[in-house]
Amino acid sequence: MDNWKQNPRVFWTLGLPPSIWLLLFFIIPLGFLFVMSFSDKAVIDGQISINEYDYLTGFSNYIRAVDPLYLTIMWKSIWISALATALCLVVAYPIAFGICFAPNRWKPLLLLLVVLPFWINLLIRTYALIAVFRTRGYVNEVLGLVGLGPFEMLYNDFAVIFGLVYVYMPFMVLPLYATIERLDKSFLEASLDLGASQFQTFLRVTVPLTMPGIISGVILVFIPCLGTFLTPELLGGANAIMIGNVIERQFKAANDWPFGAALSFLLMYATFGALALRYLFTLRSKGVGV
Amino acid sequence: MRSAAKLKPGQGPLDYGNRTWLKVLFVSIFFILYAPILTLIAFSFNTDRRGIVWRGFTFDNYVKAWNNDSLIEALTNSLVIAFVATIFATILGALAALLLWRFRFPMKGGYEGFMALPIVIPEICMGVALLLFFVNSGMMGFFVSMPWPLNLGNIIIAHVTFCFPFVAVVVRSRLVGFNRQLEEASRDLGASEWQTFWSVILPYMKPGLIAGALLAFTLSLDDFVITFFTSGPETVTFPVKVYSLVRRGVSPEINAASTVLIVITVVATVLAMKLQAPPKADKG
Amino acid sequence: MSDAIVSIRNVTKSFGGGITAVDRVSLDIAQNEFFALLGPSGCGKTTLLRMISGLETPTSGQIIIAGEDMAFTPPNKRPTNMVFQSYAVFPHMTVEQNVAYGLKVTGVPGDEIRRRVGEALEMVKLTQLATRKPDQMSGGQRQRVALARALVKRPKVLLLDEPLSALDAKLRDDMRLELTRLQETVGITFIIVTHDQDEALSMASRIAVMDRGSVQQVASPAELYEHPRTRFVADFIGKVNLIDARVHRQIGRKIDCEVRGVGRMELLSDGLVGAQVAIAVRPEKLKIASQEPSSAIRVMGKVRHVAYFGDTSHVVIEAADGLSLSVNVQNESRHGGSGVERGQPVWVHWSPEDSIVLTE
Ligand SMILES: Nc1ncnc2c1ncn2[C@@H]1O[C@H](COP(=O)(O)OP(=O)(O)OP(=O)(O)O)[C@@H](O)[C@H]1O
Ligand SMILES: [Mg+2]
Repeated sequence: MDNWKQNPRVFWTLGLPPSIWLLLFFIIPLGFLFVMSFSDKAVIDGQISINEYDYLTGFSNYIRAVDPLYLTIMWKSIWISALATALCLVVAYPIAFGICFAPNRWKPLLLLLVVLPFWINLLIRTYALIAVFRTRGYVNEVLGLVGLGPFEMLYNDFAVIFGLVYVYMPFMVLPLYATIERLDKSFLEASLDLGASQFQTFLRVTVPLTMPGIISGVILVFIPCLGTFLTPELLGGANAIMIGNVIERQFKAANDWPFGAALSFLLMYATFGALALRYLFTLRSKGVGV
Repeated sequence: MRSAAKLKPGQGPLDYGNRTWLKVLFVSIFFILYAPILTLIAFSFNTDRRGIVWRGFTFDNYVKAWNNDSLIEALTNSLVIAFVATIFATILGALAALLLWRFRFPMKGGYEGFMALPIVIPEICMGVALLLFFVNSGMMGFFVSMPWPLNLGNIIIAHVTFCFPFVAVVVRSRLVGFNRQLEEASRDLGASEWQTFWSVILPYMKPGLIAGALLAFTLSLDDFVITFFTSGPETVTFPVKVYSLVRRGVSPEINAASTVLIVITVVATVLAMKLQAPPKADKG
Repeated sequence: MSDAIVSIRNVTKSFGGGITAVDRVSLDIAQNEFFALLGPSGCGKTTLLRMISGLETPTSGQIIIAGEDMAFTPPNKRPTNMVFQSYAVFPHMTVEQNVAYGLKVTGVPGDEIRRRVGEALEMVKLTQLATRKPDQMSGGQRQRVALARALVKRPKVLLLDEPLSALDAKLRDDMRLELTRLQETVGITFIIVTHDQDEALSMASRIAVMDRGSVQQVASPAELYEHPRTRFVADFIGKVNLIDARVHRQIGRKIDCEVRGVGRMELLSDGLVGAQVAIAVRPEKLKIASQEPSSAIRVMGKVRHVAYFGDTSHVVIEAADGLSLSVNVQNESRHGGSGVERGQPVWVHWSPEDSIVLTE
């Protein structure tokens, strides 16, 4: 690698366009959002204006955000995301494990089968779930043949969690696969040889040694779950709203942008918190190595 | 106890690939993963309007979808946006990748983090930030009043912003395998910086660029959340259109339209994966 | 054998793709033995060892350990423990935790674990490093952890796969002594896999020489060296001159054969008349003389090459018919070395008792 000073002309030619773009269409918009989160709607002639604002008036939006109503929603977003992430982990781990121990010629196909749904539009996959699970959907149709149902399977928290697991599973499988594949199998053999059962080996050797992959997967699934808006919107019932839906309402139906901006920043802080946690974990596992 | 069970001849204790429970698990997971999508595709060929019982094979739904002007308009918009956004995103992403690959500079770690931000922050946050920005800077008003296809400008800008960091990642991972001695050899033979780039580095980057471009294309084509916030009232993309239809209920036309989109993205993805496969030994 | 602790009966192991890694092997390994599996790379030693440990199962055959057929018993139910070639010391546990692992998972009470771990660490001289993590240790130290971890389980059989291959030369010599000492103190059967004949000869009480999946000969080191049964064994263990011969007739317990480049020769053996055999003689059994000697077997030749090794010189002599013989000469006096020069015509002779007739 060259020092940039060796060739400043090339350096700036390469660096300026993407940096300016990012500054203009990402950092500045975030700045707008940040300012908005500390603003209030202007009051003109005793009436609250629709699109005029008093900028930088204070923390009122954040104070509103800790109202029990919104705290409940945030808490619910967190636990729904956590539950979906945990379920993803439970399902994805055996899959990743199985792919690693599958015959070599099967591996690429199995991996492709796992990641392919990820490339299919999120909306379409969610729509496919609706078509299958709605009251008049195929599942109920099949259940009807054996005299069961119909059941109302959609429009509740369970449907949201199922939808999230369905949609984000590949994010969990891939990092797990990468770490299990790299794991030296003689550790597992040594454990079995020393008298541990398969289950003990899994808990005491496999899981600790694949922790980096587990953490990556958990973060990769948890973050988009936390910020999701589409899945609860389409699969959740009236009371299945998550923080993403509240934000959307502030910017669309409720037209309360300052409050929406504040909630967006809280969501971003939560995301960064999750990333920081992962960073701490990697530091710790590296710190062990020093 | 399970582990007390004897092994089968020729089967090692770690040969999980042959375990029945794992096979059953695989089959059921893949069934759950694919059954809804496959049903969706299958029923796009169903004659039954209600779409539940299989009544016979037909292309009617495709014809209907094709004759549905608003659906076609949305699809056209999506393709135009994806096409233009891909060009910009690929150029910007390649520049960023070259910068990070080639140079050491102060605060590089910070800069890389900054580049990764659009990838990590929740989509909805990015969507609302861009909405706010477009409205407050007057860009929204400006673009909305433009004739087609210029009225898609704000959506294109938004798409370029979230796509190009992904392109940068893909292109950079390709560049890592480049043998810089080739570049030095070229310089040594008297080629200018520009000639060297054009004749040595760019051909090497090409698979990465194509893979990155295809990734940007599918990301743009698939995006719902950011488009949902940044589109004007008149500019509807395909996912946004599907969203409004889905809220109204399930219909075979959506199945047909979705199938088309699935085919486009899956083809693009498989192409991208082929191109991203580890490069064969590069001859100098 | 009644005191066999491990008895392998007709074991075959095939992998997919038509590879037969172990081919109808039968072996008996006695209690308290230091047994070595020796052979070139890819001959199936590791596979055989892994079948004894249970990490691999045979395609057919029996593996009887301590009187019970355990061919298909999972590794965690066998009274064997293994020291892996890569050591496989758990990186997420300290030395102590590594050694305690096998006891903990089998439900040994805590105070007993502490006592036995302490003893095991002392035995391999690692008490000082008990709280270290493996990545803070050298290869030699990690190997000791792997040893302690296996021995603390008090297995009936300890299996070691190329235990010295990852160590540097000096450490390897120390470890050889150490392993022999350990084996004597703990009184456990050791089965070691190696492709290094020096290692096998110096440590093991008995050696099985393997080639392409099958056992060629099982014998003590001296027996293998002095009485190899096949060309492969003679060639693999130490240096040897292999001379082609053809059996003419049998006279009592002797055969009369025609030896290439030497002429007629009578040797103690019984062979099929007309068969092609090989006569093996170790280089140090050959003598060089400048005058025609009186020995029954003598060959006239020319010195082609002399290599000086301090205590000995290796002399290559070319005789008639393209026969080339290696001779080791002791450099007995400080002057003159081997006493021969390149190009010098000499006689090579040896006594018939030092020749071995190999039919396989
Ligand atoms: N899991 C496996 N699948 C297919 N073939 C295998 C497998 N393990 C070993 N083999 C083959 O079996 C043969 C014997 O292998 P093995 O590892 O036992 O040899 P080895 O004597 O230990 O050699 P080395 O000294 O190189 O370790 C080799 O040809 C090897 O390629
Ligand atoms: Mg081996």
